[in-house]
Amino acid sequence: MAPSSKLAAAAGALPTDRSESVFTDYKPAFTPHQATVEAFRCLYCSDAPCMNACPTHIDVAQFIRKIATGNLHGSARTIFDANILGTSCARVCPVETLCAGACVYNQLGHPAIQIGRLQRYATDWALESGEQFFQAGASTGKRVALIGAGPASLACAHELRRLGHSPTIFEKRKELGGLNTFGVAPHKMKADVSLQEVDWILGIGGIEVRTGVEIGRDVTLEQLEHDFDAVFLGMGLGPDTPMPVPGQDLPGVVGAVAWIEAIKLKKLDLSGVRSVLVIGGGNTALDCVREALTLGIKDVRMVYRGTAAGMPGYQHEWKAAVLAGARAEWQAVPVAFEGQGRVQKAVCAKLDGNKQPTGEKVTLDADLVLLAIGQSKLGAMVAGLAGIAVDKGVVQAGADGATGRKGWFAGGDCKNGGKEVVNAAAEGKAAARGIDQYFRSK
Amino acid sequence: MPSLWTNCAGIQSPNPFWLASAPPANSGAQVQRAFDAGWGGAVWKTLGQPIQNVSSRFAGHTIGGVRGAGFNNIELITDRPLEVNFREIYETKLKYPKHAVIVSLMVETEEEWKDIIKRSIDAGADGLELNFGCPHGMCERGMGSAVGQEPKVNERITSWVKHYSTVPVLVKLTPNVGDINPHGLAANRGGADGVSLINTIKSIIGLDIDRMVIEPRVGNQSTNGGYCGAAVKPIALHMVAQLAQNPNFGLPISGIGGVTNWRDAVEFILLGSSSVQVCTEVMLKGYRIVEDMIEGLEGYMKTHGFETIDQMVGKAIPNYTHWGDLDLNYETVAKINANTCIGCQACLVACMDGAHQCIHPQAGTRVPRVDESECVGCNLCKIVCPVPDCITMAQVDNGFAPASWNEFLYQGKAIRPKKGVHQ
Ligand SMILES: Cc1cc2nc3c(=O)[nH]c(=O)nc-3n(C[C@H](O)[C@H](O)[C@H](O)COP(=O)(O)OP(=O)(O)OC[C@H]3O[C@@H](n4cnc5c(N)ncnc54)[C@H](O)[C@@H]3O)c2cc1C
Ligand SMILES: Cc1cc2nc3c(=O)[nH]c(=O)nc-3n(C[C@H](O)[C@H](O)[C@H](O)COP(=O)(O)O)c2cc1C
Ligand code: SF4
Repeated sequence: MAPSSKLAAAAGALPTDRSESVFTDYKPAFTPHQATVEAFRCLYCSDAPCMNACPTHIDVAQFIRKIATGNLHGSARTIFDANILGTSCARVCPVETLCAGACVYNQLGHPAIQIGRLQRYATDWALESGEQFFQAGASTGKRVALIGAGPASLACAHELRRLGHSPTIFEKRKELGGLNTFGVAPHKMKADVSLQEVDWILGIGGIEVRTGVEIGRDVTLEQLEHDFDAVFLGMGLGPDTPMPVPGQDLPGVVGAVAWIEAIKLKKLDLSGVRSVLVIGGGNTALDCVREALTLGIKDVRMVYRGTAAGMPGYQHEWKAAVLAGARAEWQAVPVAFEGQGRVQKAVCAKLDGNKQPTGEKVTLDADLVLLAIGQSKLGAMVAGLAGIAVDKGVVQAGADGATGRKGWFAGGDCKNGGKEVVNAAAEGKAAARGIDQYFRSK
Repeated sequence: MPSLWTNCAGIQSPNPFWLASAPPANSGAQVQRAFDAGWGGAVWKTLGQPIQNVSSRFAGHTIGGVRGAGFNNIELITDRPLEVNFREIYETKLKYPKHAVIVSLMVETEEEWKDIIKRSIDAGADGLELNFGCPHGMCERGMGSAVGQEPKVNERITSWVKHYSTVPVLVKLTPNVGDINPHGLAANRGGADGVSLINTIKSIIGLDIDRMVIEPRVGNQSTNGGYCGAAVKPIALHMVAQLAQNPNFGLPISGIGGVTNWRDAVEFILLGSSSVQVCTEVMLKGYRIVEDMIEGLEGYMKTHGFETIDQMVGKAIPNYTHWGDLDLNYETVAKINANTCIGCQACLVACMDGAHQCIHPQAGTRVPRVDESECVGCNLCKIVCPVPDCITMAQVDNGFAPASWNEFLYQGKAIRPKKGVHQ
């Protein structure tokens, strides 16, 4: 495969001494022998629960059998045919709650099949071989604009190409891949792997990419509607939600996603940091906790309003964080950040079972506070377009991605309010089919 | 892209993968589902005078926790009325004109053969397969392997069938014979267009040792059955290769026995099969296994530069020779990679107790040492080693020119001194 020059440049533009470079894979690559042994363990279930648990419905049993027989080409094809982001999904999917969580071995008390690692084995092979599995369909001449170059738009654009349409992706950043590149925890996947995957996806040819173009600022929505036959909204979520308490502007109080982006794309100087507080109890908070620990900070504490059992983050992730040395302040919320010139302490109010203040306060040391209490929603951007409904910042669209405005489709975090990469991949692909249907019915 | 188009004894199909005559090819609905899944052909479950089957019928051979490593059955031929079978064959051929439907037959008298052949061909059969192989039940009625074990009877019935048939005829051979050659040659003399082999191997798969009854059990009794599935592949490959290398044989072969995936199929083809039939693995895993078989075969053909199946058929036969022609001076010794060795010493005990006592412990490490001056190059250590490529067999340059036993005996060529004799 000849890498598209722009992308090779993009991957090459990443500094090699990024903070994330010190991370090792939490779920490392299988050796051929390990993969074969694990693949032979698969029961090859019929109408397999793992397949049904996957939002993109990868035929898991079939791709695993193909690994067992040594048909890696066929295995990768089975994966990519369902999910062109199979490479990143293999690494970043919460398989414990998706496919592997549904594995029937769980009912036998045996370890579930390590589906993510097997998927990685087959997709790594494919990326290394450079093989392209799919060809662009016969050209229809229809042009589609896609906002954002995250998983949703990439899945949509690739499927549009298979159907013969001509997609153009607009991305406001320099890097492609969305949160796969600048958000996912480096112990799952590093930025360069995401960029390689993007490069490989674009290898189908005919997907135009325009980076450094922010829709709504550099190009208006009206202009898009005028220039293209359909538009796909795949802009994901917005910046970290701030915490409006005294001291919120002190240096050292930063948004979690912004901080993660910095460790993934740059080298951060953490020399003065001894204590980190991560505010929130979701998966972004859990990622921050593990990332800070891996970067060598010993005192890392999560501050969450509820209890361990009630946090929205995955329990398996929290268990792993505890093993890595994480602590938590349960049932607490910061009411003020304090410090001379930069943050040094967080004053927290303790909460009861209904998340109401008990009156008790605790003060915690903190050289760095990471706010992981959510990301803003970007729906407002399109709320002005007649026909597009936006509810609390989330774009409203059907299973085929169609919004209430003709020719406007949506998928991924901006439509589902913030889920996983695999949901974005599924919704992007479904929207491509929806767009195709729309063109046919016009 | 290589072509999988198959012509086996004049029977054509989109790929070489056929369902063997057995439960997966029992009815029209099944065969049609199989074709939808990608199977290129199907040999219909043997037709004859419908029988009554027993329950239970199958037993699986579990080896080391692997269920169905071998499989055994005491089922007979079709138990469905002939007219129903013929109607479904007709419907199937109508819907799938490009796929091969071969009708397997087993009857007694010439009149019966004449009648059932006509009805099969009228229903649209692309070919006939004569079941001279079933090792239980039917042979006691003078059919099945009772025919396949008697070259004269085989030849006579084959010639009847050829006389009445307008479509290609395959004779399905039983492996329950000492030497397959006379039976293949009998089919040839009878005029068969090709042979299929193997049918199942007479077997007792195991016992319920508390009840003291053979499995599968029918009440408190049982009988011997037919062994098949992954475990029988080595026997099947040998019989296929025996016929493929026999210069007097020369007929196309449809290979059967223990095929579970594309690699097995490649082996059968390289040893002379121009189509490959599968029963047990389909029974265990379903028609969907064919997707991988097709992709895997295509991938293999691409890697090795084959454009058609024909180019592959029998490619390994020239390398299949007699023991007496093997090079006695070809010498290998085992090498243990100390970097990947995990120290289980499975090789050591195997060589000590089961081979030539040339793997020894070493002080200060669990990595054993091979005494290469005694190693006979038997492969046992490599076979038991759990680490892939940890033990490799390295060729030794011993200075001796190649010499076989026959060349030693008849031409006086020099052979190297023996190793591992411990006199
Ligand atoms: C910290 C963090 C960790 C995560 N970890 C995981 C994980 O381990 N596993 C998992 O499955 N999911 C994870 N997720 C969720 C996952 O990353 C998202 O669900 C997924 O990336 C959503 O894809 P998307 O294409 O909808 O949006 P995004 O990936 O957010 O991509 C949107 C793109 O649009 C661009 N954009 C936005 N506005 C504009 C505009 N106006 N003009 C042009 N471009 C624009 C953005 O720059 C961005 O590149 C994580 C999320 C976060 C925040
Ligand atoms: C349950 C069962 C029923 C079978 N019935 C027939 C039959 O009716 N006619 C026949 O020619 N072979 C029959 N066979 C033999 C198979 O067609 C095949 O030759 C044999 O099983 C070896 O192939 P395998 O290892 O793929 O199963 C039967 C096998 C099994 C397991
Ligand atoms: S496999 Fe089907 S027919 Fe056989 S015993 Fe089970 S349920 Fe009955």
